[in-house]
Amino acid sequence: MAGSKEKELGRVPLRERAWFKELVFTLKRIRESPLSLAGLTIVAFFAIIAIFAPLIAPPQPGRDPYVMPRHGYLATPKPPSDEFPFGTTEGQYDMFYGCIWGTRTAFRVGLLVVGGALAIGVTLGALSGYFGGILDEIIMRITDIMYAFPGLILAMAFVTAFGVGLDNVIKALILVGWPTYARLTRAGVLQVRQEDYVEAARAIGASNARILLKHVLPNSIYPVVIVSTLDIGSMVLTAAALSFLGLGAPIGYADWGQLISMSRNWILGEAGNPFAYWHTYTIPGIFIFTFVLGWNLLGDAFRDILDPTLRRR
Amino acid sequence: MGGMRTYIIRRLLLIIPTLLGVSILVFSVSMVFSPEERAALYVGEGGFKAAARIQAIIKKYGLDQPVYVQYYNWLKNVLQGNLGWSKSLNIPVARAFTELWPASVEIAIYAAPLIVITGIMLGRISAVHRDRWPDHISRIFAIVGWSLPTFWSAIVLLAIFYGALGWFPPGRLSPEAQSIVHSAEWVSYTGLYTIDALLNRNLFVFADALRHLFLPVLNLVIVGNAGIMRVMRSSLLEELHKEYVMAARTRGVPEKAVINKHAMRNAMIPVVTMAGVLVAGFLTGLVITETVFEFKGLGYWAAHAATQLDFPAVLAFALFSGIVFVVSNLLVDILYAYLDPRIRLG
Repeated sequence: MAGSKEKELGRVPLRERAWFKELVFTLKRIRESPLSLAGLTIVAFFAIIAIFAPLIAPPQPGRDPYVMPRHGYLATPKPPSDEFPFGTTEGQYDMFYGCIWGTRTAFRVGLLVVGGALAIGVTLGALSGYFGGILDEIIMRITDIMYAFPGLILAMAFVTAFGVGLDNVIKALILVGWPTYARLTRAGVLQVRQEDYVEAARAIGASNARILLKHVLPNSIYPVVIVSTLDIGSMVLTAAALSFLGLGAPIGYADWGQLISMSRNWILGEAGNPFAYWHTYTIPGIFIFTFVLGWNLLGDAFRDILDPTLRRR
Repeated sequence: MGGMRTYIIRRLLLIIPTLLGVSILVFSVSMVFSPEERAALYVGEGGFKAAARIQAIIKKYGLDQPVYVQYYNWLKNVLQGNLGWSKSLNIPVARAFTELWPASVEIAIYAAPLIVITGIMLGRISAVHRDRWPDHISRIFAIVGWSLPTFWSAIVLLAIFYGALGWFPPGRLSPEAQSIVHSAEWVSYTGLYTIDALLNRNLFVFADALRHLFLPVLNLVIVGNAGIMRVMRSSLLEELHKEYVMAARTRGVPEKAVINKHAMRNAMIPVVTMAGVLVAGFLTGLVITETVFEFKGLGYWAAHAATQLDFPAVLAFALFSGIVFVVSNLLVDILYAYLDPRIRLG
C-alpha cells in the first residue's frame, strides 16, 4: 500500500538522489585539495599492486599465496639482488613477494575490519537513533565504555581471549571499531528523523523498517561511510602493530607488520657494518608508512565533513 | 565557586557507572575462558596443573557459579588488589604493577610535557604563518608523524642511534649503573632512576638513565604531537579571526602580544579537551615503544604477556588503562569547567 503510494509520487531522478549528490560533493572535495589528490594517487597505486599481486609476484601453484616462499633455511638475511629485488629476511623468506602480497593482506584486513565495524555500528546506531528510549540509552552507554579503552590495548585483550592469529586480530578490531560508527550513525539519524519527508512517509502509513531503510538511512549514512573508509589506514596500522607484537599473522605470512617483527634480530647489523640488514626493516616500513600516509592525506579533505556548517549540499 | 563544587561532585558521581562498565567489560572478556583456565587467576606459585587443585580452586572461588555471583567475587578481589597470577613474569599481577610502574611513569614525565609543548609550538607556528612555508613544514611534519608506525620509527631510531652510532642503548640502565642501583648504599625513593639519582647525588646514574630514556621519549614525541599540532593550529586560526583580536590590533597592541596574551589563551581550551585522546594514544605508544627499546615497564610487560596468552596480566593492564583514561577525562573536564565558566553553569 504505502509502497505504491510513494511510487505514484514519482521516481527521484539520479541527480536528486542523496548518494549521488554526496558522491559529487566528495569528488569536489578531493579535487579542491592537492594533498587529497596525492593521497588518492597513493591509495590507487596500492590498490593496483593488490589487484595484480598474482602477476607481480606469482605464487607457486598449489600453495597458499599468502605464505611467502622460502629460498633456503639459513637464518641470516640476504641483501637485495637481481633474483630477490628486496632481498630475503630471516629464514630466507622472499621480501619482495612478502611486501607485494602484504599489500593484499593490508587491504583485506582494512576492508574486513571497516566493513564489519560499519555493519555493526550502522545497525546499532540506526536503531539507537530511530527508536530512542531505553535501547538508545543501553547502546550509547556501551559505546561510552568501549571509548574508555585505548583501541590497541582493548584489541590486545580481545586477541588474548580469542587466541593469536590474523583472523582474530580482525575480529578484535571490529569489536573495537564499531562504537565510532554507531555514534556517527545515531547523530545522522537523529538529524534526519525530524525531516518533513520522514513525517510524510509516516503519515501515509509506512512501516518503521521501511522508513528507516528507505528514507532515514540513505539520507544520513553517507558521512559515516566516508569516515569509515578513511579509517582503513589507521585500522591497518593497528593490525600491523598487533602483528608486530606477535599477536597477528604467523611467521612467514605476507604481512608488513610481521615482516618488521621478523627483522627485529637484525636491526643492529653486523660488526663494522651497522646497516648490513637495513632492507629487512626499511622496506616493509616504507610500505606501511606510505599506505597509511595515503589514507591520511586523502582524509585531510574530510576532516570537517561532520561539521554541518562547513557542508554545502 | 559554589557552582564549581557541585559540578565536581556531579562529575565524580558520573564516573562510577563508567568505571563499573569498564570493569564489566574486562570481566566479560575473562569469561571467554573456561573455569579451569580462569582458576589459574587465583593460583600462586607451585604446580597448579594438578587437576584436583584446579577443581578445588573452582569450588573455592565459585568459578562454576552464576555470572553475577562471579562478577561480584571478581570485583571484590580486584578492589582488594588481588588481580591474579601473571604467568609471563611468574609473580602476582599486583606485584608486577608495583615493580613496573616507575619505568613507565619515568617515560611519561619526560615525554608527556615534550609532546604537549612541541605540539603547541608547531601549531602556533603553523597558524601564525598560515599558508607560508613554516605552516607547510609543520603540517607535513604532523601528517608524517601521524602516519608513522610507532614500532617502525622506534626500530629505525634504534638502528641509527644505537646500531650505527652507539649513543643511546636500549634498556633502562647500563650494567654498571644497575650494579650501583642494586647496591646497599642506594636509597630507592621513588623507583624513578633519574629522580633517585639526583636524590642519591649520583650524576653517573642520572646521566645513564637519561641516556636510556632519550630514544623512547623521542619516539613518543615524534608520533605523539601531531594531534595537538592540528587542534592547536585550527583553534588558533579561529581565535585570530575573532573581533576581540581585531580590537586589540586596532588599539595598537603589538602582534606578538596579540597572539600570546589574547589569542593563545583562548586557543588552548580545545587543546585541553584533547588530553583524554592523548592519554589513550600515549598508553598505546608506550606498549610499542617499551617493547622495541626493551624498557621494562608496564607496556613491555603487557605486550609480552599477550604473546604468552597471560590473560590476567593483559586484562589487568586493560583495566588499568581504562581507569587511567576515565580519571584523566575527569580531570580534564574539571580543568575545562574551571577555564570556561559556561560549562559548569550551563
